[in-house]
Amino acid sequence: MFDPVELMGGAPYSLPAEEKRRRMEQGLSELTQHHYHNCPEYARLLDGLGTDAKSCYTLEEFPMLPVRLFKEFDLKSVSQDKVAKTLTSSGTSGQSVSRIFLSKENTRVQSRVLAQIIASYIGKARLPLLILDTEQVKRDRTMYSARGAGIIGFSTFGRNVFFALDANMQLRVDEVKDWLRSHAGEPILLFGYTYMLWQFVVRALEESDATFGIDDGYLFHIGGWKKLRDQAVEPEEFNNRAQSVLGNITVHNYYGMAEQLGSVFVECECGHMHCSNYSDVIIRRFEDLAVADDGERGFVELLSLLPTSYPGHVIVTEDEGQILGEDDCPCGRLGKYFKLHGRIKGAEVRGCSDTYERK
Amino acid sequence: MTNAEKYDWAFMEALELTEDQLGPELTFESVETWDSVGHMGLIAELEDAFDIMMETDDIIDFSSYSEGRRTLAANYGVEF
Repeated sequence: MFDPVELMGGAPYSLPAEEKRRRMEQGLSELTQHHYHNCPEYARLLDGLGTDAKSCYTLEEFPMLPVRLFKEFDLKSVSQDKVAKTLTSSGTSGQSVSRIFLSKENTRVQSRVLAQIIASYIGKARLPLLILDTEQVKRDRTMYSARGAGIIGFSTFGRNVFFALDANMQLRVDEVKDWLRSHAGEPILLFGYTYMLWQFVVRALEESDATFGIDDGYLFHIGGWKKLRDQAVEPEEFNNRAQSVLGNITVHNYYGMAEQLGSVFVECECGHMHCSNYSDVIIRRFEDLAVADDGERGFVELLSLLPTSYPGHVIVTEDEGQILGEDDCPCGRLGKYFKLHGRIKGAEVRGCSDTYERK
Repeated sequence: MTNAEKYDWAFMEALELTEDQLGPELTFESVETWDSVGHMGLIAELEDAFDIMMETDDIIDFSSYSEGRRTLAANYGVEF
């Protein structure tokens, strides 16, 4: 099996369109073959669709798995003794959860790629890390939820990790301020789930008329926008209000599925979600799943070179999005960039940060 | 304490292990306490013990007791 880091090489946003397409087609074709030969359910699906695992596909031709198949079937391409951990996505009560089977090797590649992507925004040094969540999520070590996994995964980029919320989801304002004082003069890294950090940090600070006044830092957040849309909060307002209570930080929303951990899509300074060298996005028309034109809205199909222990390399999500451009974002990063419009009506609500119901 | 003793102490503290559990057989996830949560605790303990700051890639690659010693020696000037 190829090493994605070697195949795609260099900085994570460095490949121009033609070269990237060539390398992705090569890697994804190899992955399709691999999963066809190692995951019986995947092979049956492809056979059922009448598509052989060809030795060479174009980017748009790869067979796509709908994400909900990961809820209905145990899809894995390694033997059970090679499964180091099983990741469950945070479906809310009453909804079924996805189960993703990760081998040691797959986990390691995901970590390396995520590290490369994040480092391209914050640099290689590990920064003091403020987690805008409760330490409770990592207490139960037998439950490897997507929420806990995201926090632990992100912890690798930080040091002196501090959790901003207590077990009752109350913001520990004074303790956070003390912690920030002990790191005065250093850039601060912040991580949280979109809705939770909005509700329990930004809103909580606003309501108590407090601010953290961070001089320099980066906030990375991930998770569904559904509840924020219900409150009519758009990304621009989110960023502005987060900055006014947290301080002088750059805000990076990012997008990634439990099915494709590692190869995440990060919003740049211009507010555009970017594909890295390791991933790509294709927008599909609602009516017939044909490839949509640039700017046209449709289903988001995600391609990733990382999944080896489960067939998640080409999936079609229940999210709606549109391509904004390729290789020409003013921020200078190469690759496609796009805009997300949230979950498609009728699809199940399923976002990491939508799982905490405020009582 | 020698560096070797500090190294062992960090493992025993962070992963709640006894001395006889340390050695070449000890690898990431070979004991219950060395999971991804335990890993970050171990790194913090080692960084304190040797007053170093490890790079993210080295943390990801730190997959065994023996590998860790090699990494600290090669990249952080810790002599064993």
